[in-house]
Amino acid sequence: MFQVRLHGRGGQGVVTAAEMLSIAGFNEGKHAQAFPSFGSERTGAPVVSFCRLDDREIRRREPILEPDCLIVQDPTLFHALDVFQGLKPGGYLLINSTKSWEELGIVDKVSHLPEGHVVGINASALAKQHVGRPVPNAALLGGFAAITGEIHLESVEKAISTKFGGKIAAGNIAAARAAHAAAFGEELEDA
Amino acid sequence: MNKPSQRTAADMAPEQKVKFYQKGTFTVGNRLVDADSRNVQSSMDRSNAITSGHRACQGCGEALGARYALDTAMRVTGGKMMAANATGCLEVFTTPYPETSWQMPWMHSLFGNAPAVASGMQAAMKAKGKTDTRIIAQGGDGGTVDIGFGCLSGMFERNDDVLYICYDNEAYMNTGVQRSGATPGGARTATTMPTDADHPGNVFGTGKNLPRIAMAHNIPYVATASVAYLQDLEAKVEKAMSFKGARYIHVYVPCPLGWGCASNATISLARLVVETGMFPLFEAEHGAVTSTRPIRQRVPIEQYLKPQRRFAHLFKSPQGQEAIEKLQAMCDRNIKDYDLLRETEETPA
Amino acid sequence: MLKQLEGSHAVAEAIALCRPEVICVYPISPQTHIVEHCGELVRKGEMGNCEYMNVESEFAALSACIGSSACGARTYTATASQGLLYMAEAVYNASGLGLPIVMTVANRAIGAPINIWNDHTDSMSMRDAGWIQLFAETNQEALDLHIQAFKIAERLSQPVMVCMDGFILTHAYERVDMPTQEQVDQFLPPFQAQQVLDPVNPYSIGAMVGPEAFTEVRYLAHEKQLQALDVIPEIASEFKEIFGRDSGGLIREYETEGADTIIVTLGSVAGTVKDTVDEMRAAGKKIGVVTVGSFRPFPSAQLREAVKNAKQVVVLEKSFALGFGGVVANNIMMSLQGTGIHVHTVVAGLGGRPITMPSLHKLFEKALADELEDMQFLDLQWDIVNAELARQRAQINSGPVAESILKNIQVDTAYGGAASHAAT
Repeated sequence: MFQVRLHGRGGQGVVTAAEMLSIAGFNEGKHAQAFPSFGSERTGAPVVSFCRLDDREIRRREPILEPDCLIVQDPTLFHALDVFQGLKPGGYLLINSTKSWEELGIVDKVSHLPEGHVVGINASALAKQHVGRPVPNAALLGGFAAITGEIHLESVEKAISTKFGGKIAAGNIAAARAAHAAAFGEELEDA
Repeated sequence: MNKPSQRTAADMAPEQKVKFYQKGTFTVGNRLVDADSRNVQSSMDRSNAITSGHRACQGCGEALGARYALDTAMRVTGGKMMAANATGCLEVFTTPYPETSWQMPWMHSLFGNAPAVASGMQAAMKAKGKTDTRIIAQGGDGGTVDIGFGCLSGMFERNDDVLYICYDNEAYMNTGVQRSGATPGGARTATTMPTDADHPGNVFGTGKNLPRIAMAHNIPYVATASVAYLQDLEAKVEKAMSFKGARYIHVYVPCPLGWGCASNATISLARLVVETGMFPLFEAEHGAVTSTRPIRQRVPIEQYLKPQRRFAHLFKSPQGQEAIEKLQAMCDRNIKDYDLLRETEETPA
Repeated sequence: MLKQLEGSHAVAEAIALCRPEVICVYPISPQTHIVEHCGELVRKGEMGNCEYMNVESEFAALSACIGSSACGARTYTATASQGLLYMAEAVYNASGLGLPIVMTVANRAIGAPINIWNDHTDSMSMRDAGWIQLFAETNQEALDLHIQAFKIAERLSQPVMVCMDGFILTHAYERVDMPTQEQVDQFLPPFQAQQVLDPVNPYSIGAMVGPEAFTEVRYLAHEKQLQALDVIPEIASEFKEIFGRDSGGLIREYETEGADTIIVTLGSVAGTVKDTVDEMRAAGKKIGVVTVGSFRPFPSAQLREAVKNAKQVVVLEKSFALGFGGVVANNIMMSLQGTGIHVHTVVAGLGGRPITMPSLHKLFEKALADELEDMQFLDLQWDIVNAELARQRAQINSGPVAESILKNIQVDTAYGGAASHAAT
């Protein structure tokens, strides 16, 4: 089982991101379970969502205590709460920021993680560029596909089309592709 | 203009000329008038929606009002009608299990939900494509102005195709005469006992004028009626049934038991409450008053209060006198607001 | 057809397949997504002539259901928590009138203190109301149970409450197998009522019944519940024939063979319990699970049979009767009377506190070591409780408990939302 915990703030599409990730998993024939942190959080408040991916039925319904991957949609959360709680030693961290570990103040928390497991992408900027709004959720899923290899970019694109329609879907898909490339250190030609 | 307090009872109640040909207010089923002018009850093929044998008290205004209202609605709809009933006297006295007085589809669920049950009934009829089957909901004043108020307002606001009829006897009679939101100031009830001169019955609140509240919802039709004017009640029910959407009729129904009056005083009290101005009879459409019934023979409030033991204590203390004056002032205000003493050319039907 | 859907949407789609004629709607978390999606389906014309009524309260919602069902219309509503209590009078009324209404309860705690998260206090408060109460373990089962619920309700002329854990199921995206309209039509015939409000054949419904017949009416309502003990499994097997999966039924057993200790639970926590039991079984521990699918009627005989070889039963439940003990446990103790099987009560997951595998491991190990108390609260923070108890011993001032804790005890509120999941 591969477990993902997503951190962000109300309004950044944190819950939608987990849902899209589960749809992406489903698109590949996996069992997938996504759920929010069940709160009544308003815009701007810290929000958590969860997604499990597995090849067999997922029965457990506890919150994800020991994630294989953390997706942090808002780096200011590093100062607000211990987002690293329970992260597995070989886990992944995907941050919506291209600042250095020092600038983010997370050196102690991430230096033990395997090389290539901590990746920063300016997903908000990519979203702004492709969607017109700095909502980083879909873009980060492109990054997730790249760094973990748990799902394919095509499945993410399909999931985005399930959740959104028309221009929004197209923009988010473009952002996800760009983020996917950025995770490999590449830059896509403007679509 | 004369102040009401300067008038004497004799001024306000001039002698009436005897009419040898009565119809309308003073007669129920006069078969001497033209067939078109006869009321529903005079017809042998009336539906008897509430048939005989029910357990209402002698002189029950509610039984009378409900019978007239429902038989009229039954005639208008050709019998395609169903009713939801709130808990209360009307429910209890008509359905002593295993018997029933209802010769129409009728349902009782709870005290406070008759309007919602009726809404559900009309939704079911809509879903089944049977919108020609019309729905009536009914309850007493407690079930309407108090506990059922939320559901009633919801039904109005959605403009569900329901005619709601409130039979107002101004207290919770079924439970043994306790105060409701419709109980007038000064009235004695089991929960507003006039224990001494400083406590002359029910307090004077701000009032809860449900017909007006209904009008505030801008529903297609609102009317008030009294069982002293049964043809008027029938006409209003018939009018109500000509509209689609939420409609409301507030019927004044004396309760001899709860009011402490003679059981043969039901009709006279139902008339006096109108003639004093205490209970104006009017119709309104889409939030605006369209007709009012002028007072033919104005009477002072004392004349209405005196036959009722629930007001007897008011005549025994200065505080009671004050209460009477307040009640008179309410009548005066109604008379002014609804222009009830205006000159009219013809006697109202 | 396999779909990845939010639980609420899966239920709404299942409801649509059942061809309801009237849906009464009032919002309350965590149920709201279900009726929102129903509304969408109605407006898109995917539910035929269905009347979708927005009403002004839960009391009105169920009351309108009563009116509609009495007219012979297939009727649905959904609620939760405070909403269920607000309609309580109508809940009893609907079953007393024998109206086959189906209602989802997205289980949620009851305040004060106000709490929007999951536990079973709401449904349990209505356990004696005469409704059939089915509990779903997964979203697949939730949607299957709704389809079965209409059939059970209409066969018995009794209302059915489908209970699904609020948020944990309603807001979870997972894979469901959505049946086809043809399948549902084959399974669920149109609603034919015994008697309806109809001008052609006027009935009086809801008369006042006195002492001469009330006991008989009540007994017959009980008899209906007893009949449901046969009807529920019957309909579950009819369901399996058409849809090809096991869903519903009275109880479900898991790894009970040879188990000395059996965990009895209900609702979505069963999955977490099963995963824990798998790990313990792998370590050679003799432990199994029984899930209660139907809480009303309570399947006493089936439970007795399922646990007859166990030494002890641990009831893990998200509800309890203050001043007494477990609600489910109480029913199980009654069912196991005379068997000598020891029943422990564990109250867990109140107001949304996560029930985690590490906590369950500890709990079950304690049970296997014969060290479990008769009654205990999972992950209760004793430091907070004891401090407040000490304060109460020192002062006799009255006041709301949650506020007293805050006033007198330094509570670490640094973690909000899900972070506190991990902290507990």
